[in-house]
Amino acid sequence: MSLNANQLKHVAHLSRIAIDEAQVPAMLQDLNAILAFAEQLQDPRLDKLMPMAHPLDQTQPLRPDRVTERDERVVLQAGAPAVAQGLFLVPQVIES
Amino acid sequence: MSLYKQSLAELRFGLDTRQFSARELTEAFLARVGTHDAVLNSFISRVPEAALLAADQADVRIAAGEKAPLLGIPYAHKDIFCTQGVRTTCGSKMLGDWVAPYDATVHQRLNAAGAVMLGKTNMDEFAMGSSNENSAFGAVKNPWDHAAVPGGSSGGSAAAVAARLVPWATGTDTGGSIRQPAAYCGVTGIKPTYGRVSRYGMIAYASSLDQGGVLAPSAADCAIGLQAMAGHDPRDSTSAAQPVPDYSADLNQSLAGLRIGVPRQWFTAGLDATVAARIEDALRVFEQQGAIRVDIDLPDAELALAAYYLIAPAEASSNLSRFDGVRFGYRCAEPRDLMDLYERSRSEGFGSEVKRRILIGTYALSAGYYDAFYGRAQRARRQVAENFAAAFAQCDVIAGPVAPTVAFDLGAHASDPATMYLEDIYTIPVNLAGLPGMSIPVGFSGLRPVGMQLIGAPFTEARLLATAHQYQQQTDWHLRMPAAYEEGSV
Repeated sequence: MSLNANQLKHVAHLSRIAIDEAQVPAMLQDLNAILAFAEQLQDPRLDKLMPMAHPLDQTQPLRPDRVTERDERVVLQAGAPAVAQGLFLVPQVIES
Repeated sequence: MSLYKQSLAELRFGLDTRQFSARELTEAFLARVGTHDAVLNSFISRVPEAALLAADQADVRIAAGEKAPLLGIPYAHKDIFCTQGVRTTCGSKMLGDWVAPYDATVHQRLNAAGAVMLGKTNMDEFAMGSSNENSAFGAVKNPWDHAAVPGGSSGGSAAAVAARLVPWATGTDTGGSIRQPAAYCGVTGIKPTYGRVSRYGMIAYASSLDQGGVLAPSAADCAIGLQAMAGHDPRDSTSAAQPVPDYSADLNQSLAGLRIGVPRQWFTAGLDATVAARIEDALRVFEQQGAIRVDIDLPDAELALAAYYLIAPAEASSNLSRFDGVRFGYRCAEPRDLMDLYERSRSEGFGSEVKRRILIGTYALSAGYYDAFYGRAQRARRQVAENFAAAFAQCDVIAGPVAPTVAFDLGAHASDPATMYLEDIYTIPVNLAGLPGMSIPVGFSGLRPVGMQLIGAPFTEARLLATAHQYQQQTDWHLRMPAAYEEGSV
């Protein structure tokens, strides 16, 4: 299974990564070299195995449904590119 | 003996007997970083003022009679651990000037232990790479041979320890990122069992594989570092609620009767002949100490590689979706609209390898391809784990190479990124199975060090450290350092 140019552009959009048309051939070559490894996964021995999500097959622990975090908006927003009045600023999304 | 050549135990003794203060020790290592790191580039950030302040506080605690293994001893953090007040870049332009609003659990533990952080070390961007060439802050040189890479992704930590710019450093390992740079730089490294060290505040690459650990000259040093880092953390839901043994106390376990499994499939055409010869030499040292060599089967290394390069990118594509140009770090200039802001911020903020892995991961998780890629990869992961379980029925520890070759030249894989992935063929299976693994120096090929990998069953770090320590009682590879970094050689 390999990617073609249209699939790459679709995946790039899903990933929210802008790519230049000029980069497409080189990117396809690199990505398809990686996907070539995946041929190994057609091994029929795998058909009978359960997918493994956690290396030690542990399950998620539960905790009481209690508030543990304080409001730290000011601290957490300090690393954002643009903030005003406690809000993250982005380009206008609703027409005026 | 010069301070920079002393083990952590020797430094502890020197501090406790007032032969030198934590301030003097910190100044000595800061001076070494100042002298050598312009060439090596192993640090992204240095924090000399904060380090001296922490050293002074440690001197007060030492004067008050406090005994603690790392109190007043310098170290460096891989720049993937969040540190309040000191920028955490993860090797990326995306987080170039980002300062974490909280400390990683590992950092909290080391602060409480009185360890003195000198700075944050260079790394492949978001821990994706095997050469440290994927850093937005420039490549790191291998201190043994400046034409060679230090390995990655914890390349800065490995190089800094090898050059003795710090007594020890933290690292993280998702597919080999502690063990491979440790091997390339001739230092000792341990990646513990998945869940042994908290991942809270350790910037996520592939969450089901990432694990923090230690790089240091010796196994005895690694035992002290790991002791301070390991333990259950309720803030990391994958953290193991298992007691932590006393790693230093267990170092003197004898090797007599220890069954060391040597995977037949790892000593084939793909392995460099000199690397193979150094591993064989090391196996003989183990046998002389009473260990029993058992040839074992450990198939499916290629299958593991295929599974890893889908699972890790899939998890990365999800984890790195948080870097959107809105909540953290980098934002592109003058975005036209919200979509342009997302797409250009991520395109400009991430380097090529990170973007490749996000694209592969997004594809592997997308509708219509999930079962064929991600689902099959998770089945392969179980196959790999079952292979290890079968192997550990015949042996106590597995020994083999860390990587197929010694450190390669800077730029060697620049034109074909997928070929670099083959460097991880012996380390990746260990992460998929969540097992503890180590790299120990066992000699050289020319100027470049050779590392041997030791792998254990889950939560047998004490056994691995003791195995490595017993080897290091008979050999001095771990004491060697590159001549250019000896004092007086500049």
